[in-house]
Amino acid sequence: MSDNVRRVVSVIVYNESSTLSRITDLFSARGYNIESLTVAPIPESKYSRLTIVTSGSSRVIEQIIKQLHKLIPVLKVYEHADLVEKEMALVKFPMGENISDIDAICGAYNGKIVNVGTDVIFVMVADEPKRVSNFLNAIKKYHPKEIVRSGAVALER
Amino acid sequence: MQISGAQMVIEALAQEGVTTVFGYPGGAIMNVYDEIYKQENFEHILTRHEQAAIHAAEGYSKVTGKVGVAMVTSGPGFTNAVTGLADAYMDSIPMVVISGQVPMSLIGTDAFQEIDAVGISRSCTKHNYLVTDASDLARVLKEAFHIAATGRPGPVHVDIPKDVTAQIAEFDYSKPVELETYKPVTKGNARQIKKAIEAIAAAKRPLLYLGGGIINANAAYEVRELAKVMGIPAVETFMARGTMGHENPLLISMLGMHGSYAANMAMSETDLVIALAARFDDRVTGKLSEFAKNAGVIHVDIDPASISKLVNADYPIVGDVKNVVEAMLELAPKKIDSARYEPWLETIGHFDSLHPLQYHEDSERIKPQWVIERIGELLGDNANISTDVGQHQMWTAQFYPFSRPRQFISSGGLGTMGFGFPAAIGVKSGAPDKVSINVTGDGSILMNIQELMTAVEYKLPVINIILNNNFLGMVRQWQTLFYDKRHSSTDLSVQPDFVKVAEGFGGIGYSVSTKEEFDAALKDAVEKNVVAMIDVKVHRMENVLPMVPAGGSLFNMMLEYKDK
Ligand SMILES: Cc1ncc(C[n+]2csc(CCOP(=O)(O)OP(=O)(O)O)c2C)c(N)n1
Repeated sequence: MSDNVRRVVSVIVYNESSTLSRITDLFSARGYNIESLTVAPIPESKYSRLTIVTSGSSRVIEQIIKQLHKLIPVLKVYEHADLVEKEMALVKFPMGENISDIDAICGAYNGKIVNVGTDVIFVMVADEPKRVSNFLNAIKKYHPKEIVRSGAVALER
Repeated sequence: MQISGAQMVIEALAQEGVTTVFGYPGGAIMNVYDEIYKQENFEHILTRHEQAAIHAAEGYSKVTGKVGVAMVTSGPGFTNAVTGLADAYMDSIPMVVISGQVPMSLIGTDAFQEIDAVGISRSCTKHNYLVTDASDLARVLKEAFHIAATGRPGPVHVDIPKDVTAQIAEFDYSKPVELETYKPVTKGNARQIKKAIEAIAAAKRPLLYLGGGIINANAAYEVRELAKVMGIPAVETFMARGTMGHENPLLISMLGMHGSYAANMAMSETDLVIALAARFDDRVTGKLSEFAKNAGVIHVDIDPASISKLVNADYPIVGDVKNVVEAMLELAPKKIDSARYEPWLETIGHFDSLHPLQYHEDSERIKPQWVIERIGELLGDNANISTDVGQHQMWTAQFYPFSRPRQFISSGGLGTMGFGFPAAIGVKSGAPDKVSINVTGDGSILMNIQELMTAVEYKLPVINIILNNNFLGMVRQWQTLFYDKRHSSTDLSVQPDFVKVAEGFGGIGYSVSTKEEFDAALKDAVEKNVVAMIDVKVHRMENVLPMVPAGGSLFNMMLEYKDK
């Protein structure tokens, strides 16, 4: 029961204004934590896909999945290890930092410089969530001013 | 056809075959009430509080098996209804509750009597809708009735802004419900069912654990047949009372916190739990780690989320319990030899004679348990029994001789004081040929006492039997047992004259302190067939026993309480 591990749950839902709150309510009402959540419409359909990263024992996850299934607008719920998972991060650096170093590190994590202003530069990376964390560790010494992570998106193989 | 949103509501209810609606009007729902005035499809019963409207619709639904319908206005009308919604949600009662909302243009402006109704009801309904265009109403109402009644039943809330009820749009109720995302599984997996039957055949001490879902699914008579064919004993949850019938030799009794010794011991000694539409509620299982410790578990339920939620199921079967039991009935006669379980039945008989469900008479005051038994002797099958919440509720579940499903109407999951009287009003309107009794306490009855007016106005002769102990008895019991007799805020010595209260509303009241008086009062009330309150002065300090203290193990029951 102490196998408290990170899980990625992918949920296909009917597009309705209330659907997102139904899902987040379900998590909060049962005391399940959401680590990250992304949602966007699935092209050319009436559905959206949510990717929820959460953690818990297999018992808890089983309950989460069943409870998600119970919601009327939920079409499908996937929770299994075999996922291709990606996450994006955007980082803002002060102009004074070593741009070529930063650029090289970005390259190693599927990223690049995306915008250069008068006193800041923006970089983005897109990679597995764990590698995004590694990247964020690696660039600490270049004094990032602001960081935003997108949360994971995933597709089953 | 082109009609207004308000007319659509009337039309949809007519098409759903609704004959009774409970409700209370107000500004935001006036367009609908104007149409109610003009129509003759259904009767509208004006309760005297919105909470009571929902409970009445619950009682109506529980006794008839139909979807209960209630209607309230926005703001306070809706918030008053929330307790009822939560109650229906916890007990899986199919309901459609329609509320008015402020006009679309005012939503989000903190308008007069505006509240985010769907935001509030989301967590206590099976589903809810805010209808923003009258052209959606036919679809939404049809879906609401479908969702309420299918799968694991539950309440559906439909919130309709005032301008939407005035809007003219096309109405076509003939389109079938198309919900790609909602398709409850009703047929159990045949392979799993076969495996379950094999497990039963191999077990030595199997036990049927019957839950309230059996009654919702109208499967009680199939379950009786299954028990009989297999020769396997059964325990009922509080919500399942009436499933087996009190005369059934295979029925042990109710299990759980106030279950009988034999029922709880059977659950502790069984080697195979056959859970039918039961949900392993904490009031049933006691300490989970000790619950049916050495047993395998077959769990049949329409709601996959109930299976393995609390107790791991070795044989999970998702499906409508009626379908699954019918499938089991096909296999059982060939595979199962009922003689195999006879020693087990003997063991259970021994448990029962060791500590039968009982109480001790008192020469001075009537014992509350006696009142329940006596109602049973005098009315038996001829009455439907609703209750409020507290000791009287548990005594009713323990001592009333229930003979059929839908005879016992009580708030199980939420435990809502104030449920009983309005529910009994709904029960009477749904089953007018039976006597409608509400067994209540001197605390609970005051939580919806205003419904005397509804019952009198609509000639729904509910008989309220108050087991009057001058206490919030159940809380007092816990204070006596676990708080060293510090009876904090539970003494109800100051009370109204219930006879005068009943009379003040146009009913009849009886004050009763002896058995003879009780018999005379009940007979008179039944004969006169009017709204009645029988105020029975019972023993003040009686406790509900046996008792499994919260969190304790089922086999560790408190059987007696001796005042030191
Ligand atoms: C609305 C509500 N408030 C509080 C409670 C807590 N509660 C449970 S039983 C009980 C006492 C009920 O007293 P009474 O109706 O007199 O019945 P008795 O237990 O004496 O039979 C209380 C206060 C509740 N169940 N419901």
